[in-house]
Amino acid sequence: MRTFLPPEFKVKIEDSKCIRCQVCVKQCSFGALFFDEQENCVWSKDINCVACRRCAVLCPTECIDIIENPLVYKKHSNWTAKAQKDILKQAETGGILLTGTGCDMPYPIYWDHILLDASQVTNPSIDPLREPMELRTFLGKKPDFLEAGFKDGAVAVKTKLTPQVMLETPIMFAAMSLGAISYNCHEALARAAAEAKTLYNTGEGGLHKNLYKYGKNTIVQVASGRFGVHHDYLQAPSMIEIKIGQGAKPGIGGHLPGEKVSAEISETRMIPQGTDALSPAPHHDIYSIEDLGQLVYALKEASNYEKLVAVKIAAVHNSAAISSGMVRAGADVIVLDGLRGGTGATPTTIRDNVGIPVELALAAVDDRLREEGIRNQASLVISGSIRSSTDVVKAIALGADAVYIGTAALIAMGCTVCQKCYTGKCAWGLATQDPVLTKRINPNVATRRLVNLLRGWSLEIKEILGAMGINAIESLRGNRLRLRGVGLNDTELGILGIKHAGR
Amino acid sequence: MKQATKGAMTIDADGIHYKELNNVIRTAISEGVRKFKLKGVNGQRYIGTGINVPVEMDIFGIPGSDLAAFMDGPRIVVHNNAQDAIGNTMNEGEIIVHGHAGDVAGFSMRGGRVFIEGDVGYRVGIHMKSSPDKAPLLVVGGVAHDFLGEYMAGGILIVLGLTSKTGKIPSQFIGTGMHGGVIYLRGRVEPHQLGKEVTPLDLDDEDKKLLQLHLTDFARYFDVDLKKILNVKFTKLLPLTHRPYGRLYAY
Repeated sequence: MRTFLPPEFKVKIEDSKCIRCQVCVKQCSFGALFFDEQENCVWSKDINCVACRRCAVLCPTECIDIIENPLVYKKHSNWTAKAQKDILKQAETGGILLTGTGCDMPYPIYWDHILLDASQVTNPSIDPLREPMELRTFLGKKPDFLEAGFKDGAVAVKTKLTPQVMLETPIMFAAMSLGAISYNCHEALARAAAEAKTLYNTGEGGLHKNLYKYGKNTIVQVASGRFGVHHDYLQAPSMIEIKIGQGAKPGIGGHLPGEKVSAEISETRMIPQGTDALSPAPHHDIYSIEDLGQLVYALKEASNYEKLVAVKIAAVHNSAAISSGMVRAGADVIVLDGLRGGTGATPTTIRDNVGIPVELALAAVDDRLREEGIRNQASLVISGSIRSSTDVVKAIALGADAVYIGTAALIAMGCTVCQKCYTGKCAWGLATQDPVLTKRINPNVATRRLVNLLRGWSLEIKEILGAMGINAIESLRGNRLRLRGVGLNDTELGILGIKHAGR
Repeated sequence: MKQATKGAMTIDADGIHYKELNNVIRTAISEGVRKFKLKGVNGQRYIGTGINVPVEMDIFGIPGSDLAAFMDGPRIVVHNNAQDAIGNTMNEGEIIVHGHAGDVAGFSMRGGRVFIEGDVGYRVGIHMKSSPDKAPLLVVGGVAHDFLGEYMAGGILIVLGLTSKTGKIPSQFIGTGMHGGVIYLRGRVEPHQLGKEVTPLDLDDEDKKLLQLHLTDFARYFDVDLKKILNVKFTKLLPLTHRPYGRLYAY
């Protein structure tokens, strides 16, 4: 069927600067560029261009521009270009619209309406370059009371603590499965987590045998498909995460098509090569909070009570009540993944319309757990588009113990947010299993980039804490008095539990 | 509570919380015990869960849910009924239940064998899957209820219906979303009972050999006459396609 969809982008090649090296042609995995031997020049097939910028970035003479197709859609506030394009795509395929990455709709981003406080005159600010500044964070259940006493003349804690995981910075790498992203990315995430003394999350695709050595810095995931979940997998990590939901696709399952189940994926997912990996929408052994408790304790039993068990849900309307149930079901860590959370593949309509912003969910859940007197029983981790160190600081002040970054980590490794992860053709070698493309990620370089990002953000967090006159992140946790809202209405301020700027 | 002799141990589980019971078992295994006899079991969960040493365990009384979850190797014989989610995500080993079992038996198992003498509940064999080097087997002597073998991706699921008074298995939505493996049902099954992703077929010689092999063990374990089992016609269910959700998306 002839498509009625015009190209989204146009590739402009400045002929006088082009040296015919064909790097761009070789780098384009979407088939948008080809070399014409007869004319001795590069042509573009604009309809295939996804604006991933791989060609432009690697072009040695910087002769490539990618622009939005200026072709006009007659102005209409209701029948927007997006609405028309979506209808055409479906009329031509009869399928569900698929996309990658997080929600790209212009919903309010509350981080951008929250401002931070600083110390002036009445309490001194602190210079983090000269004074100790503590970002160390412990995840895990905290006891109601801490009994202390003396042992051999020194003060010692007498209360027996359940397992705790120590992070040197309150930023972890979010769940991205081997399958959704390439092995080289997984290796880089694992190595960066080890170097920065934090954790990365395997996602639901199993743990590659080469990466068991990073177990101390690993979170393994148990999702509805139970791919790769077995004895050693449950012994390896510091934390086991039960994935109930994901911000980019609350309430729906996943589907890794057989073409992507290579020999390597087959081994770690523990399914035959070439078979579809279907993750059902629910866990079929979890239909209630009591059932969730059964799985939480099954995992604790299977790991000899040595690992933290986290439960991750998508931020939805009832997150606060559900989170209370999750804590009561025995979860050591609650993870909330917000509306803008990323993914390798999800129906566009779900991604863009289901769930709530994580800022609101976080505030509501933290409030609810405090009201019920059970906030200490679980750590609270949030994810769903943490873009900067200030997002981290605001999240922690709203009540989070730590955050996950997924898309930000991918961007650090080269992702350009073209939203085509689901095609498996990622030109940057991230969201692909194509052996030619995956080589584009050098684990050494990618590790460096990730460690640099964490270092940069951690330094910034220290600066911000210092400006606030705080010398430990612990003192900021849930400290909403240091936040003010701008441009928010009373309901929003009420949910966030913060005052408007000026008050 | 416990008595140990030469690598064997008898535990009286009466009134003991599962956490303590399983801790005793794990500790004993680490000390070299390879044979267990658990008496007075009454609903304790997670027995055998996460154990990866090929121990033998005889359970008297009714074990609780998630018996043998994530198990990798042991052989467990239950001399009574069992509860929900036995063999959950099991990797290797064998479970033999001399009685009925509850819902989601064999959920997501990828290896090992489960034999249940009597009936099972709902969602049994959901998402069973084979792994590169093994395939799970689940045999139910009695009847199974709805959503049998839903999402099944691999392995062998056999339901005999020996306890059925009508000669039929009451399950609806059998094999919904199935995309791998095989289900064998003894006796007639009506088209309306089947998920739309499966097709009923007659047995070929390979199927007969396979049933003979596995049901010989079933007959031996539960002391039933193999001939009587095989006297009734079986239906084989295979997925219509390995890609039931192939043409769903607009790219």
